[in-house]
Amino acid sequence: MKHNYDVIVIGSGPGGLAAAISAKENGAEDVLIIERDVELGGILVQCIHNGFGLELFDEDMPGPTYAQHFIEKAEGLGVETLMDTMVLDITPDRKVYAINRYQGYIQLAARSIVLAMGCRERTRAQIMLPGSRPAGVYTAGTAQRFVNVEGHMPGEQFVILGSGDIGMIMARRLTIEGAQVARVLEIMPYLTGLTRNYVQCLLDYGITLQKQRTVNRIIGKDRLEAVEAVSVDEKWNPIAGTKEIIPCDTLLLSVGLIPENELSKKAGVLLDPVTNGPFVDDRFMTSVPGIFAAGNVVHVYDLVDWVTEAGYVTGKGAAEFAKSKKVKAGEQVPLKAGENVHYIIPHKLDPGHLEEEIVRLQMRALTPIEERVRVTVEDEDGDVIAKANEPYARPGEILTLALKPKAHEDLCKASSLTVHIRKR
Amino acid sequence: MAEVDEIICVVCPKGCTLKVKHEGDEIIDVQGGCKRGERYAASELLDPRRMVASTVRVKDGLHPLVPVYTRKAFPKPLIPQLAKKLREVEVTAPVKINQVVLEDALGTGIDIIASRNMPQAE
Repeated sequence: MKHNYDVIVIGSGPGGLAAAISAKENGAEDVLIIERDVELGGILVQCIHNGFGLELFDEDMPGPTYAQHFIEKAEGLGVETLMDTMVLDITPDRKVYAINRYQGYIQLAARSIVLAMGCRERTRAQIMLPGSRPAGVYTAGTAQRFVNVEGHMPGEQFVILGSGDIGMIMARRLTIEGAQVARVLEIMPYLTGLTRNYVQCLLDYGITLQKQRTVNRIIGKDRLEAVEAVSVDEKWNPIAGTKEIIPCDTLLLSVGLIPENELSKKAGVLLDPVTNGPFVDDRFMTSVPGIFAAGNVVHVYDLVDWVTEAGYVTGKGAAEFAKSKKVKAGEQVPLKAGENVHYIIPHKLDPGHLEEEIVRLQMRALTPIEERVRVTVEDEDGDVIAKANEPYARPGEILTLALKPKAHEDLCKASSLTVHIRKR
Repeated sequence: MAEVDEIICVVCPKGCTLKVKHEGDEIIDVQGGCKRGERYAASELLDPRRMVASTVRVKDGLHPLVPVYTRKAFPKPLIPQLAKKLREVEVTAPVKINQVVLEDALGTGIDIIASRNMPQAE
């Protein structure tokens, strides 16, 4: 087998597939995807529900169909793949060390690397749920893999903690498979997933959602027998007199996702403590030259379509880097999160790229505003360089602002940019 | 008498709240959405439908299940019956994407199709 590649992509979910395809389309010759599962597609393999592709294709596809579209495209372009293979280490000079049962230990080198490892679910330990430690407490994504791919039902009577999308989607899925979902509990005063999932997954099936309510105690010796639920105040302190014992044999946790960056850290990539993903520029290059990042490894997206879009941008950057001998990074302008902005991606951008293309800024609001808002990009003097109107701002839903070529001149003059979300 | 119902549109991820003014089954006005939202409001009022995704068992496949979905949005009241029916279906690998695993489900004229290829186990 070959040992030297133009671009090596780690992970074959939607971000990795799009990056590999785009790298090929932008002139990289030897492109390799390394995947730890036995097949391509990443998490899409277990996301059997519909709702994928609405933004990019105006089509409503299930996850596996969406994945297959890109798998076939990658194969058609001659992207090479190594499956059932675990990457152990990557270095700042872009060596990749991996292992599998067919070839043993493998050493590879790449002109550019795309990190596309996706994200991981937060677990019981990370939210410090008190109580005993019986069987029957799973993350929602683990249960999703059991039910949708491996054919095991993890229980009969469920409580779901967290109103994230996977939790709500699993509530519906388990109901369709004949289980009872007693409750969905959300500690925040608002929904953390998409509103459409609340309608299609909970309302449609008569599943009760309670906000500002959480699990206070896990009860059961060998197997989960019940959870104690309790209401909480703004600071998440339990409110006296609100306890309820809910009998159940399985508790699913849908309490957030964390970008998976163990390999990134090994390569010396700097991580943003807010997103838990790498600091990136508008081509999704990290702090280490030639190492890029695509998709949920950067920040957790709501929609796969946007992961694909980000993957395409990343693949273009990776191909350009691989082809050019010297790195000609233009002057980059930093982007900062301003009023009611939790974070903004990218962290910095090269105004030169705006000459011929649109650069998308994506952000999350810090607190919900349930009325019309204006998103503005302002320079260091407070002059508005770009703006967009949105009907509302919700922390559960990413807002996008497309910087258009007409902003090019203003951007070239700016020394820093701040993004705000304000009431109109 | 015209009534106004609020429904949340699920056509795209925006999740707009539509104000649907109607007199019985006749829609007079839809506020707060786009063109697709107007069509959704009409269908939601008269004949609510959803895309349904599930799995069916597969013999000799790489995995023991293959994911399937309704080719078109399926009548909402029939979803529990459809779910039960799909638990009885079994197909044999290899399965091709878009292959029909259940024809004319519950007499609705809607086929249930595989959402991916399922190769044979090696």
